[in-house]
Amino acid sequence: MAASPAYGEEKGGSSSLGEPEYGHDPASGGIFASDYKRHDDLKEMLDSNKDSLKLEAMKRIVAMIARGKNASDLFPAVVKNVACKNIEVKKLVYVYLVRYAEEQQDLALLSISTFQRGLKDPNQLIRASALRVLSSIRVPIIVPIMMLAIKEAASDMSPYVRKTAAHAIPKLYSLDSDQKDQLIEVIEKLLADKTTLVAGSVVMAFEEVCPERIDLIHKNYRKLCNLLIDVEEWGQVVIINMLTRYARTQFLSPNQNESLLEESAEKAFYGSEEEDTKDAKAEAASLAKRKPYVMDPDHRLLLRNTKPLLQSRNAAVVMAVAQLYFHLAPKAEVGVIAKALVRLLRSHSEVQYVVLQNVATMSIKRRGMFEPYLKSFYIRSTDPTQIKILKLEVLTNLANETNISTILREFQTYIRSMDKDFVAATIQAIGRCATNIGKVRDTCLNGLVQLLSNRDELVVAESVVVIKKLLQMQPAQHSEIIKHMAKLTDNIQVPMARASILWLIGEYCEHVPKIAPDVLRKMAKSFTNEEDIVKLQVINLAAKLYLTNSKQSKLLTQYVLNLAKYDQNYDIRDRARFIRQLIVPTEKSGALNKYAKKLFLAQKPAPILESSFKDRDHFQLGSLSHLLNAKAVGYQELPDWPDEAPDPSVRNVEVPEWTKCTSREKRKDKVEKPFYSDSEGESGPTESADSEPESDSEESGSSSSSGTSSSSSEEEDEEEEEGGSEEQSEDKEGEEEEEEKRKKKKEKGGPRKASPRSVGSEEEEEAEGKKVKKAAGPQGKKGHAESSSEEASASESSSSGSDSGTEAPTVVEAKRRKIPSSKAGPKEISLLDLDDFTPPPPQPVPSSSIISTSLVTDLEGLTLTDTSLAPALLSPAFGAVRTYELLHRMAGEGLSVEYCFSRRPFPGDPHMVAVQIQISNNTDAEVKSLRVSEPKLLAGMRIQEFPEIESLAPGDTASVVMGIDFCDSTQAANFQLCTHTRHFYVSIQPPVGELMAPVFMSENEFRKEQEHLARRGEGKLTGMSEITEKLTLPEKCRSDHAIVQQVTSAANVGRVPCGADNEYRFAAKTVTSGSLVLITLEWREGAAAQLTVNSEKMVIGTMLVKDIIQALAQ
Amino acid sequence: MKMIHSLFLINCSGDIFLEKHWKSVVSQSVCDYFFEAQEKAIDVENVPPVISTPHHYLISIYRDKIFFVSVIQTEVPPLFVIEFLHRVADTFQDYFGECSETAIKDNVVIVYELLEEMLDNGFPLATESNILKELIKPPTILRSVVNSITGSSNVGDTLPTGQLSNIPWRRAGVKYTNNEAYFDVIEEIDAIIDKSGSTVFAEIQGVIDSCIKLSGMPDLSLSFMNPRLLDDVSFHPCIRFKRWESERVLSFIPPDGNFRLISYRVSSQNLVAIPVYVKHLISFKENSSSGRFDVTIGPKQNMGKTVEGVVMTVHMPKAVLNMNLTATQGSYTFDPVTKVLAWDVGKITPQKLPNLKGIVNLQSGAPKPEENPSLNIQFKIQQLAISGLKVNRLDMYGEKYKPFKGVKYITKAGKFQVRT
Repeated sequence: MAASPAYGEEKGGSSSLGEPEYGHDPASGGIFASDYKRHDDLKEMLDSNKDSLKLEAMKRIVAMIARGKNASDLFPAVVKNVACKNIEVKKLVYVYLVRYAEEQQDLALLSISTFQRGLKDPNQLIRASALRVLSSIRVPIIVPIMMLAIKEAASDMSPYVRKTAAHAIPKLYSLDSDQKDQLIEVIEKLLADKTTLVAGSVVMAFEEVCPERIDLIHKNYRKLCNLLIDVEEWGQVVIINMLTRYARTQFLSPNQNESLLEESAEKAFYGSEEEDTKDAKAEAASLAKRKPYVMDPDHRLLLRNTKPLLQSRNAAVVMAVAQLYFHLAPKAEVGVIAKALVRLLRSHSEVQYVVLQNVATMSIKRRGMFEPYLKSFYIRSTDPTQIKILKLEVLTNLANETNISTILREFQTYIRSMDKDFVAATIQAIGRCATNIGKVRDTCLNGLVQLLSNRDELVVAESVVVIKKLLQMQPAQHSEIIKHMAKLTDNIQVPMARASILWLIGEYCEHVPKIAPDVLRKMAKSFTNEEDIVKLQVINLAAKLYLTNSKQSKLLTQYVLNLAKYDQNYDIRDRARFIRQLIVPTEKSGALNKYAKKLFLAQKPAPILESSFKDRDHFQLGSLSHLLNAKAVGYQELPDWPDEAPDPSVRNVEVPEWTKCTSREKRKDKVEKPFYSDSEGESGPTESADSEPESDSEESGSSSSSGTSSSSSEEEDEEEEEGGSEEQSEDKEGEEEEEEKRKKKKEKGGPRKASPRSVGSEEEEEAEGKKVKKAAGPQGKKGHAESSSEEASASESSSSGSDSGTEAPTVVEAKRRKIPSSKAGPKEISLLDLDDFTPPPPQPVPSSSIISTSLVTDLEGLTLTDTSLAPALLSPAFGAVRTYELLHRMAGEGLSVEYCFSRRPFPGDPHMVAVQIQISNNTDAEVKSLRVSEPKLLAGMRIQEFPEIESLAPGDTASVVMGIDFCDSTQAANFQLCTHTRHFYVSIQPPVGELMAPVFMSENEFRKEQEHLARRGEGKLTGMSEITEKLTLPEKCRSDHAIVQQVTSAANVGRVPCGADNEYRFAAKTVTSGSLVLITLEWREGAAAQLTVNSEKMVIGTMLVKDIIQALAQ
Repeated sequence: MKMIHSLFLINCSGDIFLEKHWKSVVSQSVCDYFFEAQEKAIDVENVPPVISTPHHYLISIYRDKIFFVSVIQTEVPPLFVIEFLHRVADTFQDYFGECSETAIKDNVVIVYELLEEMLDNGFPLATESNILKELIKPPTILRSVVNSITGSSNVGDTLPTGQLSNIPWRRAGVKYTNNEAYFDVIEEIDAIIDKSGSTVFAEIQGVIDSCIKLSGMPDLSLSFMNPRLLDDVSFHPCIRFKRWESERVLSFIPPDGNFRLISYRVSSQNLVAIPVYVKHLISFKENSSSGRFDVTIGPKQNMGKTVEGVVMTVHMPKAVLNMNLTATQGSYTFDPVTKVLAWDVGKITPQKLPNLKGIVNLQSGAPKPEENPSLNIQFKIQQLAISGLKVNRLDMYGEKYKPFKGVKYITKAGKFQVRT
């Protein structure tokens, strides 16, 4: 219904009567029959202030555009509405603008300011769409504006906007290729992006703008390989194609030895002229053998990470992987692609068409690969002809001595098909089989001869042509067949077949001495009516007969040559003149005459019937150029393998590179990527757990890089809070990304319900202790700081920052200074890394937490603990907790908020982690109605908000508890903290150790569970549920007490009593899903120790190991 | 890779009824090369999918009587374009219930909006149905009435957060009062049976189509009794590949609505049961203008289930003028123009086998047809997956409610051909 008025417009409007918009516009009733009036009507509608009218007008205009009608005269009227509030009108205006801006450049400029405004919008989707339209307007004058916008968007904090920036690059490039250098800079920057969202688009831009700058890929190669599986399908295709080319320039051929052997074998088959080169090659091969080939780990990484994509539902992705394997994999491994390609044959016929073309090429080089699937290429009578012919091609390529009889039987069925083009192709295929496989040559020949009596002339003709080729191989034995064919000249009319017969008779006239002159006689008679190719062959036959049997054929030859002399076709006239001079001796004829016989009746090599797909693989498979067998515009040659591998270390990702990069970004525009880097850092170790050690170097690269890039995240926290909604949504999105990654890696079981209801008897006592400690204030804190100096300093800075607002900036400063200075060695970096990208694990520094607590808070805490008194689980071993800042007093305009994980079960919901929040009002006014609102959570996450605080007097502090179900992930929970006047965007991110609750079990139970987990791990990839790490215990951690204290501070776990003295066991269950987490620390002699974590939740396990090691190292 | 430059939709009579350009405009006249190729191909299905013209390349697909002709300027993997065009057609199907010329014309504005979102500068942007539906609401009768009265629009005013997430296939905030998850295990038997009744080639092509209407973010895992049967599987992107590799369990956060979860192949020939057999006698007499036609279909290896929905189609040779047959069951039609014989048999009862028998009238004087036509058979067997695949259980995590779950099995004939 929506569109019918649009078409009505075409018909002059009369049919559109009754459509609602005419109700609004009575004047337009029946008068817009002529063009200009019709458009007047539209203009009027566009000028009205009713959105519904505008929308209707735009719909009609879009319908005109869709039909290819010109609507350009409406440009001024339409462009006015570019800032329209109605989102659909706006979108349709964009459609119009992009279509006509090129034609009306001056007017189009009017709209630019709207988009420029849009580029600054706090909403990332609006920013993205503004950039998208702006960059789609093909008006050269705005190139500088576009350039600026792209540069800005490339450092936007939203990956979606960055993706749009990547899309805009080729648009700008096609508008003005002079911008190339600047665009390459942007591409380089975006290539370093770690989000899957951006990866595909930026590689697309790279391919478009600077495919020759392969050096830009080095540093990003491993990242691209690792991200690949999570990139959207279209991006995957582009990345895989690009990486194929990259790999061809950077790695050595995995088939050096095999390919040489294979080639020489092939040569031997076809002929022996190349003996010499063969020898040379054999030498080269043996040379190569002396230096054994070892595949570059990066090469292996690419093959390994692309393989799963063979199971994509997207045919283009499957094809991309298939060509990658074909061009890059060792011969023994290429086979895996066959199954996937055969699967595609069940798809739409267009897909079949393309896949079969590629299979045809592949099957020449690697016949063995498709042999098991021979029957999948059998032809159905319902297949379209073009598919049939391609299948036939593949079947022929696959034919060998063992399967030829099956294939020929199948061909026999095809020959009787009603589809004659297909029959002709089958006959040719039979011919090819006969030439390639000597064993069946006679069978085939007999079969073809039988076809000579076929009723269909096309079939006969095709057979003749093929027989001719076959006979050339061994003419002597087949004079019978030649005679038979000579008889056919009476009936067969197809020129090609007649020509073939004549050529055969001429060539082998000595085998059929009696028939040949007679055939010539007949042909001379019908000469004038023949087709040109037949005429040429008649002349040929005459000449040959003249030379061998001049007595019988002299006159006939003269006659034919005379006829030819006056033929209409100059080729024939030329030929006749030439031949006459050559064969008929006259005084003028030169020395050539003597050699005429040798010239005409020389031994001719038999034709080799080969596939039209031979050697097509010099084009990258799957490409348009391959399909057309011609270089398409913009085709990038697939380079040959290098002889010497270029330096593989260029792909190593060094720490400084990243630091430089991130710091640059950060300074400019607060780009924030802690979550991605976080996930990267995580995926590193996980990879190592289930994959070969080759990836080790990669991990260390990425994890250290994540360390540094995330180190910047903390200092940005301050900025982030101010930044408001953009950053928040960006955060959230980052998490979703990461969450997804994590989910993909999540192990079996899923969340099982468990009830970590706890609250021990010590609870009250502990709270009591806390109170005391809090009262002790800074002094107490210092006391502890001595025992564990390092982390205390970290926590000190944060807590003091919240204590005294005036100090805050300097503290931040201090932190900034601290980061670069501590980047000395790799070890320190990894420590830093943990410290920063997840909020540091809680330390046993009890008093460092809530200092200026009022009595109210404590009471509240007490009452809370009182409400839930289920003693099933152990209470946390340490009440001592660390606080984190939620809202800095500067950012919060005087309101400062801190939080800590109290490690108590959250009353009311056992799946939630209790977070104690401390709010201090440092303003001089009362803050009213403090509450949580608009939580933005990942799927599955839940928040139990704290009850609204009615008011908070100046200088007062309130403490509340809220519950968050983190779904066993370290994703941050984002929400707004609202006062009566302001909204603050805040987020809470839990350290992994806080996602669990201690559980009590005996040593036996512990062992049993551990074994159980380990066994389940075996079925999967090894190491899925067990992570073991060696570590060295520092001096101060070499006591029972210290170890237990450090471990329990790093994670909310309960100690399991243990018989051996040098072993420590801890157990916990994750809060949401109740998965067991088992920790074993074995203290060997001296400082050496081994830490084992068993958990179904691999990610949690991995992170926990990191956290505990870090805690112990301090 | 400049990807797709323009798209033209052309109907069977050669009218270009929609055009869309993602870069500067390409004149309609470029389609003349396509028409030329179309003419040369005679048959619609023989139009080459890739056509090279002096300045452009045309890559086309043929779906539901519409040619989708895309204009390409530079090197691009042809499958990339073909796959995308099919995705466009799928989206139309999804939105309008059918991908026909009328449906597209009736919804031209939505079509345009969709195309705008699906490609940016010729590169695919949002192709997931769940995202698109957040951006542009599919038309319903009610909505179009309401829209025309209130002037509200089809364009979603919520921002498509799905586009930003790493689960782009699922839209956020899904809510249902009845939470249901249905899985249809559909298996098709592709087979070539030769003249003597022995199987030349047979394999099973299976798919699991799902209809998931679950609130929130359910995390499902579907396990099979006999997962090893699945020889070759392709997955919807939502499926966690590693989990399948290690445990043979399908674990996924599903898209909302209808989608194809996996497709698979069971190909070892011995395993494939052929549920019907065909006895046939088709002969044409030399020097006479008639022939005999006698076909009987019977059940075989059907696991005790009824074979139903049996239809036989035969492309008769050109020389056949007419057919004079009697069917013991069902009805038959013969189209003298296309020479297609169709026999709608229905259900096969083993007690009385359906038979179609009679005289074939040939053009007088024409030579006897050399080839006997192949018989294409369709059939359906309810509640049976012929490969023996069985779903073991479906578990849901991440949400609290109890969903209603259902699994349905069905076996059909795929490309099932009997040579005679």
